[in-house]
Amino acid sequence: MSSPAPSAPRTGGRDVAVVAFAQSNHTRHTDQLSEVELVMPVLHDVLKQTGLTANRIGFTCSGSSDYLAGRAFSFTMALDGVGAWPPISESHVEMDGAWALYEAWVKLRTGEADTALVYSYGKSSPGSVRDVLTRQLDPYTLAPLWPDSIALAALQARALIDAGLTDERRLARTAVRSRRAATANPHAQLRGSADVEDLLRRPYEVEPLRRHDCPPISDGAAAVVLAAGDAARALHANPAWIRGVDHRIEAHQPGVRDLTDSPSTRLAATAAGAFDAPFDAAELHAPFTAQEVVLRRALDLDDRVRVNPSGGPLAANPVMAAGLIRLGEAAALIHRGEAGRVLAHATSGPCLQQNLVAVLENTGGGTR
Amino acid sequence: MTTAAELLAGIPELAGAEPVTRVTIPARLEYTYSPGSAQARFLTALPEKRLLAERCPQCTRVYVPPRGACPTCGIATPEQVELPHTGTVTTFCIVNIAAKGLDVEVPYCYAYVLLDGAHVGLHARIGETPYADVRIGQRVEAVWDDRRLGPSLASISHFRPTGEPDADPESYRRWM
Repeated sequence: MSSPAPSAPRTGGRDVAVVAFAQSNHTRHTDQLSEVELVMPVLHDVLKQTGLTANRIGFTCSGSSDYLAGRAFSFTMALDGVGAWPPISESHVEMDGAWALYEAWVKLRTGEADTALVYSYGKSSPGSVRDVLTRQLDPYTLAPLWPDSIALAALQARALIDAGLTDERRLARTAVRSRRAATANPHAQLRGSADVEDLLRRPYEVEPLRRHDCPPISDGAAAVVLAAGDAARALHANPAWIRGVDHRIEAHQPGVRDLTDSPSTRLAATAAGAFDAPFDAAELHAPFTAQEVVLRRALDLDDRVRVNPSGGPLAANPVMAAGLIRLGEAAALIHRGEAGRVLAHATSGPCLQQNLVAVLENTGGGTR
Repeated sequence: MTTAAELLAGIPELAGAEPVTRVTIPARLEYTYSPGSAQARFLTALPEKRLLAERCPQCTRVYVPPRGACPTCGIATPEQVELPHTGTVTTFCIVNIAAKGLDVEVPYCYAYVLLDGAHVGLHARIGETPYADVRIGQRVEAVWDDRRLGPSLASISHFRPTGEPDADPESYRRWM
């Protein structure tokens, strides 16, 4: 998107809030469920929370990937779960649902709709997600080498360790903290963890990453309802107002990037107003332990900020939904009155290539 | 449009080089597709020569093959309905070009058959009749292929005319 200078507040538009969030119980396999059978209960849950029905929603936007499903136009089948008749205003992004939320946010800001249903889903179980993700790389020089997602994340982790920014023990602590936090999250796939010492005795998956440094392979779905202004106040006693949201992208070729840094995250955070005030909590889409180091540095998050109280993507990582879940979990903290200002981050591509940052608050009063 | 040779001419290091105009990079991904609960019930009933549909509890439409959700209402369709093997042609075409990998002789007749009691057409071939006689409203019945019975619609070889009078257009007009 085109954007004003990062420090300049955006003017105009309406305040938009997350007023409901639902997700599936994420699991390694959902062989008994088609995509629509996976998504539909989540859609019903999120709509029931607001009392809205699909035909009263102003705009519907979803995110998913045909590469995961192994079928063309697979999202059209999932749309059966929405009830798109009479025809609804609908869109789809071949991206994580966080970017579907961004599209819906723009739609609501312009006044074209007052409410939006945003959902996304991913079934990684039909194929080998490690290999599937290689297809997003440069098709001439990189994809033919099939560098899988764990190998690329390992390169990034190695760069961070070599730069003295982390070590294997600290990475293991991140894994333990995340999966123990997930014991309170009934939707998480991995809940609880062995001790750091135990983990460090286990073999490498791709050195320097061990299995605990990697996300689980998950099938799952998530949905949120957005609403603008008075519609949001009518639908929830504590709307999670989106004070700012922006997304930025790094170069496509990982070889030209400094993998220890994330200027795109910092730019998006600046534009979203993340540095204006401290946060109570942050939901970071860091599927690999070492990526949390990069994000904490880019976002200036110190140890006082609770990071991934849900367990984060290390506890459940349904590809294409894990980013939207960060936004949903951040909003849920505000809905429950557990936090007043929360940062949500979503990523896409290898080694944190593309990053979205949103600032959610429990009070309205202007969107950046 | 700039040609590849013109592009190369602007790069001194590549002066005189043969332009790369084509690369072949094979890629193969394998998937194990799961049809889901509703389609699995439909598929596993086919070897028993049974056609299992599902009814929407809200709009009462009957879907075959079922997909587990009513696309109109956006709700689950838990009620199972077993359909008869007879139906009505609601649209058709004659295919004269052989599709790659399809083991069917051309020309053949491809049609939608609205099974009695269903509200969506089943994809099917029409046989045992001159194609010039195939028409919308024609009554047909399934002919099962005993050699290919399995969890696949290939269990039905084709549909053939029953010889009954054509169906009343009002019976299928809304479901074409």
